[in-house]
Amino acid sequence: MAFGTYKEVVSARATDKAIQKVAQDGGIVTALLTYALEENIIEGAIVAGDTEDPWKPEPTIAMTPEEIIAAAGTKYTFSPNAIRLKEAVRQYGLEKIGTVGTPCQVMGLRKMQSYPFATRFVADKIALLIGIFCMENFPRDSLKTFVEGKMNSSLDNVNKMDIGKGKFWITDPEKESGLALKETHGYEQAGCNICLDYVAELADVSTGSVGSPDGWSTVFTRTDSGADIFTAAVEAGVIETKPMDDVKPGLGLLEKLANGKKDKGRKEIERRVNMGLPSPF
Amino acid sequence: MLARIKKSIRKFLGLEAKPDAEDDEAKAETQEKLKTQIKKEVEAQSKPAEEAKKEADAKKAEEEAQAKKEAESSEQLTKESSTQEVEKVADKPKIGYIHMSGCTGDGMSLTENYDILSTLLTDMVDIVYGTTLVDLWEMPEMDLALVEGSVCLQDEHSVKELMEVREKSGLVCAFGSCAMTGCFTRYARGGQLAQPKHESFVPISDLIKVDCAIPGCPASPEIIAKVVVALINGDMDYLQPMLDMAACNLACGCDLQTNVVSKALCTGCGTCVLACPTRALEMVEGRPSHNKNRCIKCGACTTHCPRTWFPAEQIKKDLGL
Repeated sequence: MAFGTYKEVVSARATDKAIQKVAQDGGIVTALLTYALEENIIEGAIVAGDTEDPWKPEPTIAMTPEEIIAAAGTKYTFSPNAIRLKEAVRQYGLEKIGTVGTPCQVMGLRKMQSYPFATRFVADKIALLIGIFCMENFPRDSLKTFVEGKMNSSLDNVNKMDIGKGKFWITDPEKESGLALKETHGYEQAGCNICLDYVAELADVSTGSVGSPDGWSTVFTRTDSGADIFTAAVEAGVIETKPMDDVKPGLGLLEKLANGKKDKGRKEIERRVNMGLPSPF
Repeated sequence: MLARIKKSIRKFLGLEAKPDAEDDEAKAETQEKLKTQIKKEVEAQSKPAEEAKKEADAKKAEEEAQAKKEAESSEQLTKESSTQEVEKVADKPKIGYIHMSGCTGDGMSLTENYDILSTLLTDMVDIVYGTTLVDLWEMPEMDLALVEGSVCLQDEHSVKELMEVREKSGLVCAFGSCAMTGCFTRYARGGQLAQPKHESFVPISDLIKVDCAIPGCPASPEIIAKVVVALINGDMDYLQPMLDMAACNLACGCDLQTNVVSKALCTGCGTCVLACPTRALEMVEGRPSHNKNRCIKCGACTTHCPRTWFPAEQIKKDLGL
């Protein structure tokens, strides 16, 4: 199955204008985390916060809705949010934590919850784990290579990055420009090439732009707790939804990409195993 | 080997793997049954041998002889059924806890499971051997030995005890990182009181065959509870990764570089840094950077990495997906 196990899939966006303004697409991650924080479903969130260096995010423990909103927007490079989880539990004393991650980050946390060998009293503190759709991720210097070497801009000037319609897009003060995705191929990290998970199949809730129109996100609810929190946020009017059948391009495109990642991943695994290299999948 | 372990665990637990549901009632019923059986066992044992309390070995021989006698004189139905019950109770797993060279952190972690400990110790298992736990000089036969700590090659008593463990225990579990990988005792170089020549501390699998390993410095209370529950339910799928790790006796943060980063597997997810108990790892440019001056060689990072092994089915089961 292309999407893993899920309860419901809808197209959705945050209703808060302040979130819409800074959001990558529908602002679902930001809206869910702020809602959960305000409702005391979580006591804090670990998010990809900005640093002084442009496009060099760092895991940040957000204790207020403002801090969560400040971290909105996709960064196409690493923010290993898991690394601050122990600190959030032990130094910050948080009992219920929300966080967001790519499929591989979700896998690491889920493995830790099922087999908590060395993480004394940490596993049960994750109250909300949001996964984001992910085809591949880039080392920061790969971003620098496209932006500076191939798009004649500079990371300092880029306000937004996006991937869609076959291109890698940057918005700088002068213009919006796109680079064909095939120009970015070969710059993604190699670990991504064996990944079979496009839609964060093990998250509580997973979300991403593909399948929904501009300004909206596709959302899968998966676990009981994830579905409860999402439903409550919709009922509270924090998030508005549309049925997937009513939106373009719809699930067909998402299915094509999810299966495409699985096919490519399986081929790469086979290639590596034939060379005697290991693969966990 | 899996089948053998599975069979022996189920046998000595006297349980078959239960289909989910009906948990609490069934559990209460089983416990009640066990308790009555224990009562009967005590009565049955105290009848013929009330005069003298003998040493463990003698007592055991006598029990066997009695069981045999009773089985032979099977003309009485009642007697036969009571023998069966005694045998069933005797099937409670006999567990030994053996402390070698380490800090007792894993034992302390075990005792942090207050809520399940009393049921566990009363109804589910017999702790038959263990320093500070059981008043016994001679090591008895055991179904499972939990060995905490590494073994010191210059300490002849430790070496002898470990050999005896292998001989007398059906299964040997390296309990915690010291037993599994040597952990921080790998850094010992001797020259200390009380015995300056004690310098070579090695994982127990260097000397004996190990069946199962639970890494962690210390192994967390939760993983110990999960292992116990899996043992009681005969859930071999859950235990499989720990059986697979049994032969592992090397671990260090640099394993991440060798086995994950250098094998094109790392995605920079950061789980290794989360798992490290000594902050010997940090993420640099999206990859774990290993500070070997802080590393205690516990193996937590490599064990937790989702790219070394990945229990997808178990996770889905745990999440209800």
